[in-house]
Amino acid sequence: MDFLGDFSGILLATARDVLPIILLITVFQLFVLRQPIPHLKRVIVGGVYVVLGLALFLAGLDLSLFPLGKIMAAQLSDPEFLFGANHAASSADWTAYGWIYAFAALLGFSTTIAEPSLIAVAYKASEVSSGTVNQWGLRITVAIGVAFGVCLGTFRIVTGTPLYLYIMAGYLIVLIQTVFAPKNIVPLAYDSGGVTSSTVTVPLVAALGLGLSETVPGRNPALDGFGLIAFAVLFPIIAVMGYAQAAQWYAKRPKKSSPGGKI
Amino acid sequence: MLNKNAPSIIFIAFLAVLKKLRSAFADLLPIILVIAFFQLVVIRQPLPDLGDVILGGLLVVVGLALFVEGLEMGLFPIGENMAHSLARKGSLFWLLCFGFALGFSTTVAEPALIAVANEAAEIAAQANLFESGQTSQKGYALGLRLSVAVSVGFAILLGVLRILKGWPLHYLILSGYGIVMLLTLFAPEEIIGIAYDAGGVTTSTVTVPLVAALGVGLAAIIKGRNPLIDGFGLIAFASLMPMIFVMGYGMLIF
Repeated sequence: MDFLGDFSGILLATARDVLPIILLITVFQLFVLRQPIPHLKRVIVGGVYVVLGLALFLAGLDLSLFPLGKIMAAQLSDPEFLFGANHAASSADWTAYGWIYAFAALLGFSTTIAEPSLIAVAYKASEVSSGTVNQWGLRITVAIGVAFGVCLGTFRIVTGTPLYLYIMAGYLIVLIQTVFAPKNIVPLAYDSGGVTSSTVTVPLVAALGLGLSETVPGRNPALDGFGLIAFAVLFPIIAVMGYAQAAQWYAKRPKKSSPGGKI
Repeated sequence: MLNKNAPSIIFIAFLAVLKKLRSAFADLLPIILVIAFFQLVVIRQPLPDLGDVILGGLLVVVGLALFVEGLEMGLFPIGENMAHSLARKGSLFWLLCFGFALGFSTTVAEPALIAVANEAAEIAAQANLFESGQTSQKGYALGLRLSVAVSVGFAILLGVLRILKGWPLHYLILSGYGIVMLLTLFAPEEIIGIAYDAGGVTTSTVTVPLVAALGVGLAAIIKGRNPLIDGFGLIAFASLMPMIFVMGYGMLIF
């Protein structure tokens, strides 16, 4: 059983990875706070679940999400698929990769809309704004932000333009928005960037980028393969602040008597 | 008494895992639909190793459900509890220590980070960025993970300090991005993409709930802080710092 041998190796590595958390809890609970650990049995069962679950997840990742992302990226950017048979693609023409952009955008949207942490953040945002920021509106806005981000990221890989230009321009927009956006939404918006990139999304999107940079002529996976996740982090920040600005503007417009900054 | 209790705990936990499985499938459904649509309608080619992909997908779902359930059973209640106790204890030194240790230890065990670091090491080995060999490839992956983990620890420490002192978030974050841009000019090309990605990778399953609990708990206890304004923002630090540290790591090794 090759798989069982692999799996026990992964299990061992996982146990080592979780060790710092266990150390942290024991040291602080027993030596700093000087209290016994409450519900010790539950905690131990939970710990076993964590190690087992993490090991299963990592084993499954190698079998499914990574190959899947790479294979689909390769199939969608295959010259035979793009131009039909008997066509030798000499250089990358960015207009030919329409299905890649569509796939990237849909992948970004579908992974984000169902993201549990985003649902939690949307709930908090509607609370902080006393209902001005609609929960579903926000979730769709963030999902569109991620979709646009991943889509633009694949465009960058296809064209081979430098990553930092896009990111720099993006953070410049964030900077300008920070000045004008309602103040209480700013921390939430900054956080929403990190929140959207979940455990399932990250490997799938990373594999998409790597697979794409392997098949597009003239691209090098070591240089161009990464960066998609950075796009997926950046654009939700812009989307959330933009949404709050739009909501504020919309709320102010009909009745001019209400003072600003209600969001 | 003890013997009667033990199986019932396991049974209840098992039921909870089943519930998690259902919601995990619901979360994954949109992704499955997108992939199925592209395979069947657009690409119209069979997926190679379909059996492996399905088996792997099942492992991912079951593993994630077990993992999250285990976190909610043990780690999250304890983490929240400790954050509250420490905040009430009021010792700055131990709070900062706790913040650093929390960021470091949760990031080292982050599944997405483990996966991406291994992948990055493989790509780098294929491109002959360092002397090929199993040890240096593993060392690179571990180095990436450790520099990300240290940076998240540092980020949480800084974030906790910010909540305690009431510094405005956006000055810190924006100057952080200024540093990122500056480093980009000097860092080796091969590390930039990975460094930018590292920010998003760190903040998923394990880190976010524990860190958010720490931030909101702290802001709720300190007088004159609004939990909703001051409590958020720790995650923003945790996605900013790794970019700086990974670029630093890249400048060291390449």
